[in-house]
Amino acid sequence: MVGERGLAKLAWVLVFVLPSLVGLVVFSVIPILSSFGLTFYEWDLLTPPRFIGLGNFQRLVYDRNFWAALGHTLYFIAGYIPLVMVTALGVAMVLNQKLKGVVFFRAAFFTPVVSAWVAVALLWKWIFNPKFGLVNYLLGLVGIHGPAWLFDPTWAMPAIIMTSVWKDIGFVMVMFLAGLQGIPVEYQDAAAIDGASDWQRFRTITLPLLSPTSFFALIISLINSFQVFDQVWIMTGGGPAGATNVLVAQIVKNAFEYSRMGYAAALSWVLFLLVFAATVFQTRLQKQWVTYD
Amino acid sequence: MYAVLVVSALTMIVPFLWMLSTSLKTDQYVLAMPPQLFPRPLTLASYVRLAELFPIERMFANSLLVATLTTGGQLLTCSMAAYAFARMNFRGRNALFLIYLATLMIPFQVTITPLFILMRYLGWINTYQGLILPGVFSAFGTFLLRQFFLTIPREFEEAAYMDGASRWTVYWRIILPESKPALATLGVFSFMGSWNAFLWPLFVVRDMELMTLPVGLATLHGRWLTQWNLVMAGTVITVLPMLVVYLLAQQYFVKGVALSGLKG
Repeated sequence: MVGERGLAKLAWVLVFVLPSLVGLVVFSVIPILSSFGLTFYEWDLLTPPRFIGLGNFQRLVYDRNFWAALGHTLYFIAGYIPLVMVTALGVAMVLNQKLKGVVFFRAAFFTPVVSAWVAVALLWKWIFNPKFGLVNYLLGLVGIHGPAWLFDPTWAMPAIIMTSVWKDIGFVMVMFLAGLQGIPVEYQDAAAIDGASDWQRFRTITLPLLSPTSFFALIISLINSFQVFDQVWIMTGGGPAGATNVLVAQIVKNAFEYSRMGYAAALSWVLFLLVFAATVFQTRLQKQWVTYD
Repeated sequence: MYAVLVVSALTMIVPFLWMLSTSLKTDQYVLAMPPQLFPRPLTLASYVRLAELFPIERMFANSLLVATLTTGGQLLTCSMAAYAFARMNFRGRNALFLIYLATLMIPFQVTITPLFILMRYLGWINTYQGLILPGVFSAFGTFLLRQFFLTIPREFEEAAYMDGASRWTVYWRIILPESKPALATLGVFSFMGSWNAFLWPLFVVRDMELMTLPVGLATLHGRWLTQWNLVMAGTVITVLPMLVVYLLAQQYFVKGVALSGLKG
């Protein structure tokens, strides 16, 4: 089609590719590679970097803060993933019907998704305020003396999980809605004529046909939840008494407050490996429950 | 079922009303019990005081500048590279594309430490270029647009080449106009991602004069811990512009999430 040859062709390729490529190499590829290299060094940015081999990873094994942060991250995931998946699916099922005001409801659920995490976290920090917050006020109305939430090591993580579910329901809901709209109405109708109940139809038609979407939503949510940070940083800063310190907060603290560049890099690669392993694991597992066509 | 729906929708909306209502309260009613959802008296005093105590207009302008330049930069660099990957045959193309895909697998937190060191080395800490440039280049955006460009029929372009059009003309006059939905989708997500971003601005900016709204809000909260009307005024200012963008471009948000799990 295009009759360019040799130099002219190369020139055009460079014109189109170079701006993006140079930027990506400088701000992504090189940082990724040097992050890997950095894991073998100790560097406080003031004195020259010192090669310590696998020292950072040895330190990590004995770092109680790391194991605690890993535990808190997994606790967050274990609470957040089932809650957000189930509620989002429920909302999507309801909003997939021809209801009055469906557009308004969809927008209502999506509003937190487009709002900045920092703003949402501050809002909920206020709502969870032990004395003057809405949550404890409402609990008080039904005679429950609410906990101190973000100031209570037991209740801080549940509060963060609830806030995160609230923010992300709309995000997961939109994925489910797209999946539900791909299910032919005829299937449901035929089953209804055969006398299947709502629950039977949900179990035997909707869920299996929706499983590719569920898988997609699960993987995306899982990847995002390993990286949980903004809400924790704002709502508790990792406290109280370290009860909500998560992996990314641990990376930020090491890089930022303790100036341990090599150790921060090592932690970030552990995060990558965890995300990667979880994705591979889910992909393996999908054969058991995901049905394509 | 309708009742359940209404209750859960209220759970979504009431917190936002609470945000707005707190920001419109006078100091003595902020901590009033029982809480008032509809404040009386209604006052803009918190907004006025916020503007006096805090460079909030400057932060708003910073956010707007950063989000606009990031979005514009992403749309341009991603679409150019995507055009090359979709329409030009050159040696090493597939290997190069594979590198793009590989960077997608690495979480941003992995790059943040070396990126921070690079910024120090370049003297870009506390600068707009440090705040903006690292976000301008997106492997994901390139991938998204390339997939879209591949679906555009080649006939238009061939006719243009017959008329002697250059590569640039074809890219600018045919490919881009044909790809408006894909560009809009990438555009709204890169705008949202950069407007709402917290982690990178937290690393790279120290001075209040350079802060974007999310980092500014965190600082505001740190300084006036219990002045919730002030803090909520700040959150309203941060959230409102994105809500407007969302209402104007709903379909693209929905498309982006549904097709690719985009999260800005």
